[in-house]
Order: sequence, then C-alpha cells, then structure tokens
Amino acid sequence: MSYIRPSFRHPNAQANAKGYTREDYEGALSTLCAGCGHDSVSSAIIQSTFELSIEPHRVAKISGIGCSSKTPTYFLGKSHGFNSVHGRMPSVATGASMANRDLLYVGVSGDGDSASIGLGQFGHIARRNLNMSYIVENNGCYGLTKGQDSATTDIGSKSKKGEPNPYEPIDLCALALQLGATFVARSFSGDKDQLVPLIKAAMSHNGFAFIDVISPCVTFNNTAASSKGYEFVRDHMQATGKIDFVPVRSEITANYPAGFSEEITLHDGSVIHLYKDDKLDCTDRNSAMNAIAEFKDKGQVLTGLLYVDPDSSDFHKTQQTVSQPLCSLNENDLCPGARALGAINASLR
Amino acid sequence: MKPTNISNPEYFHKVVDCQHACPAHTPVPEYIRLIAAERYTDAYMVNWESNVFPGVLGRTCDRPCEPACRRGRVEEEPVAICRLKRVAADNKDDISTLLPAAGACNGKKLALIGAGPASLTVARDLSPLGYEIHVYDENAKGGGFMRSQIPSFRLPEQVLDEEVGYITDNKAVTTFYNTRVDSLKALLDKDYDAVFVGSGAPKGRDLPDLPGRKEGDDSIHIGIDWLASVAFEHRASVGKKVIVLGGGNTAMDCCRTARRIGGADVKVIVRSPFADMKASPWEKDDAVAEDIPIIDNHTPLEFVVEEGKLVGMRFDKVRAEYDKKGRRKLVSTGEEPAFYPCDEVLVAIGQENAFPWIESETDIEFDNWGLPELNKNTFQSTNSKVFFGGDAAFGPENIITAVAQAHQAAISIDLFCQGEDLSVRPAPNTNLVSQKMGIHEWSYSNVVGDDLRFKVPHADKSAALGDRLLEVELGFSTETGFDEAQRCLNCDVQTVFSEALCIECDACTDICPTDCINFINNDEEEVLRSQLRMPAKNLEQDLYVSSDLPTGRVMVKDEDVCLHCGLCAERCPTSAWDMQQFLYQVTKASQI
Repeated sequence: MSYIRPSFRHPNAQANAKGYTREDYEGALSTLCAGCGHDSVSSAIIQSTFELSIEPHRVAKISGIGCSSKTPTYFLGKSHGFNSVHGRMPSVATGASMANRDLLYVGVSGDGDSASIGLGQFGHIARRNLNMSYIVENNGCYGLTKGQDSATTDIGSKSKKGEPNPYEPIDLCALALQLGATFVARSFSGDKDQLVPLIKAAMSHNGFAFIDVISPCVTFNNTAASSKGYEFVRDHMQATGKIDFVPVRSEITANYPAGFSEEITLHDGSVIHLYKDDKLDCTDRNSAMNAIAEFKDKGQVLTGLLYVDPDSSDFHKTQQTVSQPLCSLNENDLCPGARALGAINASLR
Repeated sequence: MKPTNISNPEYFHKVVDCQHACPAHTPVPEYIRLIAAERYTDAYMVNWESNVFPGVLGRTCDRPCEPACRRGRVEEEPVAICRLKRVAADNKDDISTLLPAAGACNGKKLALIGAGPASLTVARDLSPLGYEIHVYDENAKGGGFMRSQIPSFRLPEQVLDEEVGYITDNKAVTTFYNTRVDSLKALLDKDYDAVFVGSGAPKGRDLPDLPGRKEGDDSIHIGIDWLASVAFEHRASVGKKVIVLGGGNTAMDCCRTARRIGGADVKVIVRSPFADMKASPWEKDDAVAEDIPIIDNHTPLEFVVEEGKLVGMRFDKVRAEYDKKGRRKLVSTGEEPAFYPCDEVLVAIGQENAFPWIESETDIEFDNWGLPELNKNTFQSTNSKVFFGGDAAFGPENIITAVAQAHQAAISIDLFCQGEDLSVRPAPNTNLVSQKMGIHEWSYSNVVGDDLRFKVPHADKSAALGDRLLEVELGFSTETGFDEAQRCLNCDVQTVFSEALCIECDACTDICPTDCINFINNDEEEVLRSQLRMPAKNLEQDLYVSSDLPTGRVMVKDEDVCLHCGLCAERCPTSAWDMQQFLYQVTKASQI
C-alpha cells in the first residue's frame, strides 16, 4: 500500500553548491493521476532549483485553483507557498513581491486558471513585468471537473468525450508577447531536456518570465485526436532551437556544435546558449509573434525560448521602490510621521 | 546496448542479490515474506528444500548472502538474513508429515562416505527416488564437521540431531556409524551402483618444522582435532594460559571453547593484519566480546620449551605490504621477537584434504594439490562410479557450499544410475507472477521501512563462559523477526517493463526515489552507464534496457539500488511497469 515514498535516495546523490541535495527540493507525494504531465513539470522545477542552488527558504510558490495549482504541494516542500483563489494568483504574487522583493517567486497556474477565470489578472501581471516565473501547465481541458474543453483547446481537438472543440483557442504565449512580457517560452512536460534549462533561465530573468508548458491530461485529454496529448505533441513539436543555460560564475564546459548561433546574457550574468536556425531572433518581439503564427498555420507547435529581453526592468524598478524589502523596514521607515506628511502635503499645495 | 532478454531466468535471478550470492540459491525474499506472515513452517520448508539444514545454517552459515544484500547498498547494514532463517527454524511446527517418504525401491544401491552436510544432502535428494542408501561415518553420530568442529555454544546438539534425523530417519537411508572407511577399493568391490565421497577436509595444518614443536607436543594441539575431542567429551579442560594460532573461524571456535573449559587467559595470535583475517567479522566480534585479545601481525618463530614443558611462544613482528596486484607480503619489522607465555597452544591455521584410503587402483586421479580431478559441473571423478562433494571435492569451504555441490552430485548420481547423459543438467524452475491487487495495492509489502538492522540478544556472559553447552546467541523473538523481515526490499519482486504500453510520460523517472529509471538515446554500455541520471558505477549490477520506444529512445534501468518499492508501477498510467514476483529454484534430483 502506498502514498508512502521510501526515505532512501541514491547513495551517490550529490549536494549542490549550497549544500542541499535534490531531496531537499522535493515535496509531498503527488496525488494527481498517474502519468499526469504536471508531475513532470514539478520534477523539472525540483531539478532546476536544485541545479541553480537556490536555497529552498528563499522561494515562494504561489498558485490558483486546479490540478496545476495543486502541484506546489509536490515540490519545494521547504519553501513558502500560497494556494490562492481561482485565477487570482497574479494579485497575490504581486502583493507578496511588493512586500518582499528578495524572494524568488514561482507562480504555477493552468489553462483554466490563467486563460479563463484569470485571464484579466494574467494580462495585467504580464504588462507590469512583475519579477517572477509564471508557469502554466496547459492541458487543454478542465481536468479537475472531468475534462471539459478549456479556453486553450485547439479548434477541432477532441478530448475523451469525443466532441470536436468549436472555439478559437487562446494562445497564452502570443498574448503574453502582445502584452509586454519580457521572457516568453513554450515547452512540453515530456521534454525535460528543454524544460529544465528554460525554467532555470526564467528563474534567472529579471522580470515577468512566462512558460506555457503543454502538459497532457492522461485521464481526459490524451486521445489520438487531442492536440494536447503525448502522441500529438511529440509528433508536431518543433523547437526554436536547443537551449543550454549557464548560470553565473559557472565554467562553460559544453562543447558547442557547429549550429551554435547565439548567446544571451541575462542581468545576473548567467548566459542562455541557443542552437537554432537564423530565422528566429529571440530578442525581437515581432519575430517571435510571427514564428508562433507561422508554425500554427502549419499545424505545428513551436516550443523553446521564443522571446527574451535581457535588459528588462521589472515592476519594482518601474515603481521606484526601495531596494530593501518592505517587510524588513521598521515602523519609523514605513511611517515617517505627521511632520513628514505635512511637508508632503505642503509641497502639493 | 541490445534489449535485455528478461525471458532468460538468469537475468532476474541476478537481480535477487542474496539468492544469487547463495551457493544453494535459496529463495531468500520468499521465506522472509513467509516469516513476516508468521508462516514459520512454510518458511522453514522453503529453506529445507534448498539448503537442507535451516536450523544449523540459521546459526552458523558464512552468510555470503548478507554482503550481497541490496539493503547494504542503500543504508549501512544488510538484512539479518541468517538470523531470520533461525526464526523460521525456531518457530516452526512439527514438520514430520511434510518430509518426503522413501520412494519405491528402484534396485540401485549407493554408498555415501562421511555423514556430513554433503553426504546427507545427497541422501535427502535421492531417498525419495527409491535408492537404497548406505551412509558410512567414523563417528557415533551424523553431522560430520557440523558436530565435531562447531561448538555447542554456537550450535546446540539437539538442533543438529533434529536436522540430521530428518534425513537419516528415512527408510531408504541406512547409517553405518562408528565405521571408518579405510579402503575405497574394498567398498567398490561391494555391489554399490555409485559411491559419493563427502568426507570433508579432515586434516588440520600443523607447524611441523617450527622449533620446539616435537618437544612441546603434549601441549600443542591441532585445532579441529582438539575441537572434536571436546565435542565428543574426550577432553574436558585446558591450561589456564592458551594461545590460539590462526585467524579463521576455527581459530575463533577454538579460543571461545578454551575460555569455557578453563582457559582464563586466552589469546588469538595471527600472522595477518586484523582486517585480513579469514574469520567472519561477527565471529571476531564475539571472540573479542569474551575478553579474548586478537594480536595481529605476529608470525610464530618457535615454541619455547623449558625442562620438557611448553612455557610460551616467540613471534616475529611483521607488517603487511601489498604489491600492485594486491598480493600481500608479510615483512619483518626487525623488532625484538615478542614472547607470550602459555600452557597450551591450539594450531588453527587451515585444513587440508587427505585421502590415504583411496587406492591408486581405484582409477581416481588427483591433482598437484591432492584434490580429486573432477568434472566441475557433475562432480564425477575419473572413476565414473565415484562422485565427490563438499570439502572433499574442491577443498575447505563451508556448509552451504557443500549442500549446493551435493545437490548437483545427487543429480549426477541419479542420471548415472539411470544411464543418462550427465552433461544435460536440468533447467531451474522459475515463475513470474504479477503482484498487482489494485491501483495502490500489491500482494507484497512494498513499503520500505527505515529501521536499522536489529541486534540479536546474547546470553549473559558469565553464564555463557561457564557452560560450554549454553547457546550464546538467543535468536530474534518473533516480534523482532517481523521487524527485521520488514527491512527486506523484496528484490525478487521484479520491475517488468512492457515497451508496447509505454507512452514516455516520465512519471516513473520522476517518482523513482533512487533515480534508477532513465529514458535516453541508446549507446554502448560504457557510455550509457556514464550518461544516466545517476551514473551506474556498480559494474556488477546490470542495466535493464528496453527495445526502441516511439521517440527513438530506450528505457534504461540501473538495477543497483532499486528499492523494489513499486512506485514506478503505481505512477505508470498504462501499466507499462508491473511488479512481478520471480521465483527461481535450483532443480534437485527429486522434487521435495
């Protein structure tokens, strides 16, 4: 009888630069359906934070409602977390970031949580460029309520029920690009070689980093006629290029093949290496939007890093907030008193 | 790499490390589960079928299974397999109705020389087949060196009597005790259809050329002979100061026996470094616990005899040096020789085979080391009628090896007597059955407990040292036996992978606590081993490789530290993984 994970790990498991092993980034055992893509995304987040040597207590994971939004229980069990109201993860993340800018914010949402009930919040957090990684686990259906078509279900795609979806889907990557997101990527839960470096790059990005992860629902939407099943995505997936993420202060040891064409240095000094064809310019918003449309017309799913603005300035910079987290300021700093208020009021008269 | 052929029983057999390491290939996890289910009689019979002497082995086995145990690779100590075997033996019901009866007479007659573990195993395997079996032994009771050399404080006589009796009480078996075979030729001249030699390695090594050996002879004894004389109560005391020479298990038995019959100051003095000693670590621990110092790196120089009486021994102090191949050389430190006073010396520095009773006209050929020339699979000698097994075959080993060899010799003897080809060996009996009971339910206990190895309680030291017959180890209680049984990882419940069902969702890779499972591009074994999530550095453990999957990758599982927890199968949406219990039984001459 299970739901009990053995406490033994591989005897050769190594610790990262901060002295944590991968086990320190694990959470509770998942209660999602066996084979759910979301579990692979959780595992990719565990792998990414482990490899980046992020101290677990320096991370806040925030989610809304849905299968996807349950997953923060299954990773980073020693981090801060807030399971918020349906579609309202962006507001909570914004508030948390305002109060303590020093934490690393990871938002986990789904296609229902972000493209349906939370679409308004999604749009505004993207344009505000809040410094966070925003991961949508996109399975193209409402798995938690028995698999109804969602707002990201492609036209004609059939879930387990068998009816083709008649509505135009929302492409969250295209939307994020349009609304000013400064890091946009798409990936597939079944391709960790791509997903892990993308998550690491997103976590290192200064600003709103959005990853739309196609994450099949094995129970309701993994049919042959579904465009979000394992088989379809594998057959129709095209990557913008292979991606390597080299954290700051790391020695570059990879042996780059001939196709290596671009390196993008992020604000913290870490580097994204891309091996891709010359057509897509990952630092050009229009190029990314055109590429998405072009591949969609061909019936293919474009994955990989689509756009990044390495010089992005985040919400805190725009707001000119103090560099010290608000939560660590004392009462005198936060409330300068009647005399200071009087002076401000006087200056406005 | 080529896909793993899991239909070859040897693949999954090797995954069950304990069973694979056991010379007799006893299905260890199978009987451990039966112990946990309080089915002690069934657990005993699984053992009895395989190793014939569960009660004896549960106390005295050399335990090759334990260093092999997978648990020892994921935490500090292996499962206490040997002591669990004893739990089965101690708590079983009357098994007399479960024992095989003598088969209807087939007209063939066999002589077995020696009544030790090898001969008794042959008798056990062949008695149901209708052979008339004659067992010859020079002692008054059966058991061989299990009786003469293993002291009663480790193996109570009634345990041995009982297990010998299960075999010799069979109507097909006639024992000729107190009957020494002095001539194989004479025996062959009788109308036996085949003869099995299971006479052990009865000659203890001596130090004949060491100065003072002859002069001190009255106080210098060969270890195994001395142990036998104590066991058969020809000797009831020893001098106050005793030196035991040697570092093997016989030396440990000698020193601990000496402590019980008058030895107040008993020392073990050994040539090699402590770590290199041949004795099992737990036997060394037990000796040290009985106030017996083990002095290592001392090579004997002479027996010191004064006025016709042994007064002590002189030793050269040495240190061990190892060459590049790891071969050891003991080099004198050049210090003054060390003198240790003593009243008696027990020489326990090894055993040899001796066959003065096998005449050359029997056509049995011997090699340069005095061992019979044998076919390694059939145990047949150069005289086709004569078979060997146990220590008599390939030199001193242990009980479990003797049993394993004797099973094969018994098959050969049966084939020989039936006029069949000895080289055609029976295939093992195997079975592979799914354990799935529900989504999160298996018919084995798949929860991996965190308990550390439980300690076996010992008898009070002063009481034990005062009574040679009092068993020191008390064995696990049934409660502790249950808890220890829960430490077993059930390595015989195999992770079986079906490529055709896999949708490559990674759920198994993600959940595996020990990162055994990988989906990667195929390559040569060496490359694959280095590219796994956790590089597969233990080359003794196999990689389980699937055929090509739809993405062109393969599944590669490193068997090394798989906990057999079944989570891969529970998280698999398509049942591409299944937990299937694999039973592997060495086929015996007769089915028990």
